[in-house]
Amino acid sequence: MTKSHIELTINGKKVEALVEPRTLLIHFLREQQNLTGAHIGCDTGHCGACTVDMDDMSVKSCMTFAVQAHGTEITTIEGVAHADGTLSALQEGFRMMHGLQCGFCTPGMILRAHRLLQENPTPTEDEIRHGISGNLCRCTGYVNIVKSIQYAAAKINGTPFQEAAE
Amino acid sequence: MGMEGIGARVERKEDKRFITGKGRYTDDMVVPGMKHAHFVRSPHAHASIRNIDTSTAMKMPGVIGVLAGDELASDGIGSLICGWMIHSKDGSPMNMGDWRPLAQTKVRYVGDAVAVVVADTKAQARDAAEAVIVDYDVLPAVTEAVDALKDGAPLIHDNAPGNLIYDWEIGDSAAVDAAIAGAAHVTRLDLVNNRLVPNAMEPRAALGHYDEGEDHYTCWTTSQNPHVARLVMSAFYNVAPENKLRVIAPDVGGGFGSKIYIYPEEIVCLWASKKTGVPVKWVADRTESFLTDAHGRDHVTTIQMAFDADNKMLAVKADTIANLGAYMSLFSSVVPTFLHAILYSGQYVIPAIHCNMRTVYTNTAPVDAYRGAGRPETTFALERVVETAARELGISPAELRRKNYIREFPYQTPVILCYDSGNYEASLDAAMTAADYNGFPGRKAEAEARGMKRGIGMSSYIEACGIAPSAAVGSLGAGVGLWESAEVRVNAVGTIEVLTGSHSHGQGHETTFAQLVAQRFGVGIDSVSIVHGDTDKVQMGMGTYGSRSGAVGMSAVVKALDKVEAKAKKIAAHLMEADEADIVIEGGQVKVAGTDKALGWHEVSLNAYTAHNLPDGMEPGLKEGAFFDPTNFSFPAGCHICEVEVDPETGKTEIVQFVAADDFGNIINPMVVEGQVHGGVAQGIGQALLEGTHYDPETGQLLTASYMDYTMPRADDLPGYTVSNTVTPATTNPLGIKGCGEAGAIGAPPAVINAITDAIGNNDLAMPATPQRVWAALRSAQ
Repeated sequence: MTKSHIELTINGKKVEALVEPRTLLIHFLREQQNLTGAHIGCDTGHCGACTVDMDDMSVKSCMTFAVQAHGTEITTIEGVAHADGTLSALQEGFRMMHGLQCGFCTPGMILRAHRLLQENPTPTEDEIRHGISGNLCRCTGYVNIVKSIQYAAAKINGTPFQEAAE
Repeated sequence: MGMEGIGARVERKEDKRFITGKGRYTDDMVVPGMKHAHFVRSPHAHASIRNIDTSTAMKMPGVIGVLAGDELASDGIGSLICGWMIHSKDGSPMNMGDWRPLAQTKVRYVGDAVAVVVADTKAQARDAAEAVIVDYDVLPAVTEAVDALKDGAPLIHDNAPGNLIYDWEIGDSAAVDAAIAGAAHVTRLDLVNNRLVPNAMEPRAALGHYDEGEDHYTCWTTSQNPHVARLVMSAFYNVAPENKLRVIAPDVGGGFGSKIYIYPEEIVCLWASKKTGVPVKWVADRTESFLTDAHGRDHVTTIQMAFDADNKMLAVKADTIANLGAYMSLFSSVVPTFLHAILYSGQYVIPAIHCNMRTVYTNTAPVDAYRGAGRPETTFALERVVETAARELGISPAELRRKNYIREFPYQTPVILCYDSGNYEASLDAAMTAADYNGFPGRKAEAEARGMKRGIGMSSYIEACGIAPSAAVGSLGAGVGLWESAEVRVNAVGTIEVLTGSHSHGQGHETTFAQLVAQRFGVGIDSVSIVHGDTDKVQMGMGTYGSRSGAVGMSAVVKALDKVEAKAKKIAAHLMEADEADIVIEGGQVKVAGTDKALGWHEVSLNAYTAHNLPDGMEPGLKEGAFFDPTNFSFPAGCHICEVEVDPETGKTEIVQFVAADDFGNIINPMVVEGQVHGGVAQGIGQALLEGTHYDPETGQLLTASYMDYTMPRADDLPGYTVSNTVTPATTNPLGIKGCGEAGAIGAPPAVINAITDAIGNNDLAMPATPQRVWAALRSAQ
């Protein structure tokens, strides 16, 4: 099959590659770039385990062809921590609030939350729940994911963290 | 409790890799030369196979091999088995139909594997699989268990006349019938426990690697119990002898039961690796998971509960038909029997109990344990009938329960189980207080004024966990013992490795198991590593399911720690010339009580390995193993209360509060336990409100085979939960743990349905209680 040449930026690094036109972005990231943090949970765009950030939008990388990522800037879970290797506010929030169990949905969930907090730095609980409703988690029942995002928002905003009322 | 010891809310060690994208799941594994498998699956629910033509597929780009069932059979690969023998009440053994890893003569459900293609890339394997031509004679199919029992239903397995697997019973039928006949009141319900798809977010996957030089196989797989996988693949499927087969379950993305079983794909990937000479990886896509993962529930039950004039329970009679799908999965036979029927005493003193259970083949995916496994079905039936009885009798559901609770322990039920400890009233009171149960009428009136229907419902569940005493389960038909093993290795520098046969696929063992060591020796959990999920590292294990990791797996660790502690004390006493009885280990120090003499923990361990100065006759080293075989199940129990508002215009239900007051015995890490309850309740609410599995009754096609069609609970579908604990320690394991993994999925569904039926004034409401169903039920009640 003829391959296409693509150039893009992944986690701040310039990348060039040849891909089959039918190659999905998720397969390109996982298999050609060895970035296995994003996962394939459904291959139909419904579970969000493959969520990455592409040009300041949350993108489901199983619904995106690699060729569509040509010229874009992509952030994956591997690029979320601070440059010095310390955890981002969201990563810290997920750990502190027990926002993950099996960890399979977590990279997509964190990437979606990352974009959500860019879109809305002070989301209410309802806005968080709505904002992550494209990402499925089967382990946590979402309560602690919501708290994790609230924790991160408070940390980023420099405001006191208040747990969601139960 | 220490900072990181038992009872401490310690953040999880394993999180670091998961939140940085460094988790290692089966699909992340790469072996040099690895190729990709795609399975050819039956598009028909029931058909005879006339011919399989692989010639075109073999010529497709990148194809290395196309393998089918005849070749697999001629290589001596065995059929899949169910590992628990159940006898019908007439004494005959269950009718186990033949389940070939690749079907040869007949397919029995949509998704049944027929052939496998191995190719350079996933896409090439998929392309070639489409070119495998299978010639089918389509047969009539049946998908509902009740229909499969009817005269003239299509026969699925020749050795199971009438599609009946077994007709089993437990309890005293005559006593129950007499009690019902003489009762002051009898409440009867006909219920369906809806079929569910477990839907771990990580799809099943397997990577089989045959090493010709070593004549050795390695299988990376999404398993909750890699040792059981190795045992079964060796002993029954003839893939390879145990010493030539290593099974690794690396990070596993959720299981909920569905990854207990050994499926055709692991077997076929290992076999295909030898046949093709390349490592073979298969990863399910989501629709394959829907089609072929073992499903859960799918019971049709009639339950009757009899009361005397004082509202005391006299008897329970349950008659159930359970759908086990097209083949008997590994533990499918025990779920409806010894994980279900023997729980019919619930939390109550009920003098007479009888349960009849018929299990049935249908042309659907195999059905086996899913979170709760049998106990959610029992609890749903019992707690729906108790709540209904209270309404019929005109008394408070709480008071009817309170009047009938078991209060003295141990309590021997009429159906095998003997509860060792509990305080059901404490959970009820805690839940009622947390929910402000007594304030409900005011809230209902306020809602009524807004035009909303408000309802409240509860459930008092009990489950049997910590599975299970080996001799007892052996006498009941189990093919394995259900102990657990552990090994504690203290290294020369004092760091510690704990090897466990339990497997973590989200439960947090790497943290909670380390907390046991921190508690014992006062060392930090960062100096303790938990090793699990690899048959080459851990000698043996029975894996994680049935909330057994704490009650059984941790107990084995405790036994091994006891031995390590005893030896360390002997060494320290010798080194410090003290009496062994005076040695205490705390805060990372080994001390002589009442003196200022002390050695660092690392000094004792180093001495164990230098062996320069050990007590006479002592072997060097500081490493001990243990097996723990429980003496009884453990019995987590609790009370869940759900309050809902139903919009009468749309039928939409909103859960306005959900309260769980659970007794899990002693708790190692409350953060992890809360997380388990949250997740379990979410799955329970999913069953009650959202999730339904539907096969087309004519064609047997799975209509809910994607996330477009199967409603998974999303963040904006679910409420927050108010979670608390009451504690009566288990008496049958050294930590007093009862288990917490399944409680939410068991307790929640009846609480939710009791609440909705209370709100709408119609007790006839099936799960999932979709807006359409609720709206219709509300209308028919008016």
